[in-house]
Amino acid sequence: MAEFKDAPAGASIADKLTIWTQNRFPTAFDAYRDHLSEYYAPKNFNFWYFFGALAMLVLVIQIVTGIFLVMHYKPDAALAFASVEYIMRDVPWGWLVRYMHSTGASAFFVVVYLHMFRGLIYGSYRKPRELVWIFGVAIFLCLMAEAFMGYLLPWGQMSYWGAQVIINLFAAIPFVGPDLALLIRGDYVVGDATLNRFFAFHVIAIPLVLLGLVVAHIFALHDVGSNNPDGIEIKDQRDASGKPLDGIPFHPYYTVHDILGVSVFLMIFSAIIFFAPEMGGYFLEYNNFIPADPLKTPSHIAPVWYFTPYYSMLRATTDPMVNVICVLIGVGALLALWKVRMSIAAKAGVVVAAVVAIALLKTFDAKFWGVVMMGGAVMILFVLPWLDHSPVRSIRYRPDWHKAVYAVFIVVFIVLGWLGIQPVSDGKTLLAQIGTVYYFGFFLLMPWWSRLGRFKPVPERVVFNAH
Amino acid sequence: MPYAMIKRFVQSLLLSLLVLGGAAKAAEGALAWDKFPVEKLTDDASLQNGAKLFVNYCLNCHAASYLRYNRMNEIGLTDAQIKGNLLFVGDKIGETMKVALDPKQAKAWFGATPPDLSVVARSRSAAGQGSGADYLYTYLRTYYRDDTKPTGWNNLAFPNVGMPHVLWELQGERRPIFEKRTEHGQEVQAFTGKWEVIKPGSLDARSYDAAVADLVAFLQWASEPVQKARVQLGVWVLMFLAVFTVIAWRLNAAYWKDIK
Repeated sequence: MAEFKDAPAGASIADKLTIWTQNRFPTAFDAYRDHLSEYYAPKNFNFWYFFGALAMLVLVIQIVTGIFLVMHYKPDAALAFASVEYIMRDVPWGWLVRYMHSTGASAFFVVVYLHMFRGLIYGSYRKPRELVWIFGVAIFLCLMAEAFMGYLLPWGQMSYWGAQVIINLFAAIPFVGPDLALLIRGDYVVGDATLNRFFAFHVIAIPLVLLGLVVAHIFALHDVGSNNPDGIEIKDQRDASGKPLDGIPFHPYYTVHDILGVSVFLMIFSAIIFFAPEMGGYFLEYNNFIPADPLKTPSHIAPVWYFTPYYSMLRATTDPMVNVICVLIGVGALLALWKVRMSIAAKAGVVVAAVVAIALLKTFDAKFWGVVMMGGAVMILFVLPWLDHSPVRSIRYRPDWHKAVYAVFIVVFIVLGWLGIQPVSDGKTLLAQIGTVYYFGFFLLMPWWSRLGRFKPVPERVVFNAH
Repeated sequence: MPYAMIKRFVQSLLLSLLVLGGAAKAAEGALAWDKFPVEKLTDDASLQNGAKLFVNYCLNCHAASYLRYNRMNEIGLTDAQIKGNLLFVGDKIGETMKVALDPKQAKAWFGATPPDLSVVARSRSAAGQGSGADYLYTYLRTYYRDDTKPTGWNNLAFPNVGMPHVLWELQGERRPIFEKRTEHGQEVQAFTGKWEVIKPGSLDARSYDAAVADLVAFLQWASEPVQKARVQLGVWVLMFLAVFTVIAWRLNAAYWKDIK
């Protein structure tokens, strides 16, 4: 515990109060120093570094607006839809709070996807920041669960049938699937029980976990220090007092910087809320203005845009696709036997693993493997720190063709997202299948391709042009 | 990030947006929706006429149970006007627009329960086809005589619709002129865009279109009464944020000028 200090004679009331508090709650002052005034962040942050702070802002917006929505919303299948319209019409400023929340959900995914993209291109997940990344992926998972369950609450047609489709995916899991789906729904069809439990998860359980993970994400980040667009450790170059030469205190430099980012973000956010809250049917789907009707299945059910890349991968996993995966596993195993030097036991292991994988793929339904692909597409992010074997972190110092690999990855992800909104056709399914193979190839082959090519020399100090 | 990569990224983004726009083209074969005259939305006289038509023709079977009668103050009607001319079903001005129709009987008569119309204009939008108002404006103008249907009516925008042509006295009885056309190697009956009048209504075609536009304007307003106020407030919010952004920008520059 810190020494108990006495205020010097003649100290102002403000100073006395500060010292009084310091004596009784030193942790707060330590936290302020560790995370703000003496947290040294690299001075060369660029545009992409706004999105972490913006994600925090959107989280706060969602929590605050969520609290006010809960005051008027009724989690009851007979009342839910009407209570949302009540909020939109009769609750003072209810429409604004609701639009902030519905737009905030999409905005959350926009900023989080851009935040993840930043981490991806600058290698922010590399040692020693593996845990920062893992906490981040866990946050992303929570966010998906939070958004999915929240989407049921307005109890419109899309809420209802979207939930029906996604919960039925769990039923595809062998042996336990149907019971698991029943457990999630709490009924044989999506109904009042489902709405009530989703409400509980959406407003209490998941936000609690989410907040805990955000704290872990930031603490872990501040322990190891921020990465930067050059992907070099600023802690390697320190001045006599031990502070990084290329580091600047987070407060005030990045707080004022983020205020600018927040202001620009709020302009876009407000423009959507006030002028296009439905965002052309992408943020609020038109079908969701029809109350849920268990007897009337909409002709076209599509999840909200932020889930569609993964939904595309699910739909791409047809029987022919499973055969393609079997062939890819076989070819992969043969290549490993041929190219990689390993012991006889290891070779036997590769053969057995490939045979078992192919046998399993052919045993269970393609629908199940679609669910596995969909889940795997997110889960694979957890192991990204161990897939990347490039000698440099940042894309700036990688071979130029690596940039093309990343650019195609982004295009593939966006195209998969678009395909997930479209009705199925043969051509589109083929496109989604190619995209799915590229998505997984990008990650699974990363240990191989990420070390190929001619890397550029990495500077000792960050590249920074004064503003 | 090097310039070339930003360029590539932006190009690919634009490309995918183009693809999105292309796919949003109208579904083939479906009736193209007419454009609802949006200027009616800001015209209180139109909205009031729409309210009158709604209460007289729709509110017998369809409810608007999220809309309160006195909300119509916002389209320029006084409580006395509402009570005197529009309040037949409920008895208090603060009540919502409910109907006495028994949903079970309605289902037996029409094959479907008449849906609540509070948010119908929002629910009927379709990407690439038009707004919900466009749909309603088209739908209410494309009823035709079809003796093969139980109600004697059919509709081009909503084939085999359960609802009879409630506004028939205004529009009269019509029949669309179809022609045989070959599409994708198959002979189909295609609407020529022309109509044959069987019996004229009390309104001529232009007045009927205007009346329907008023009714649709009312439905559009009813689907989100706050819409006008929302847009007006948005302008102020954005003006404030624009000023604030300049301040934030200069504040940021003032701090960062020390960082070399």
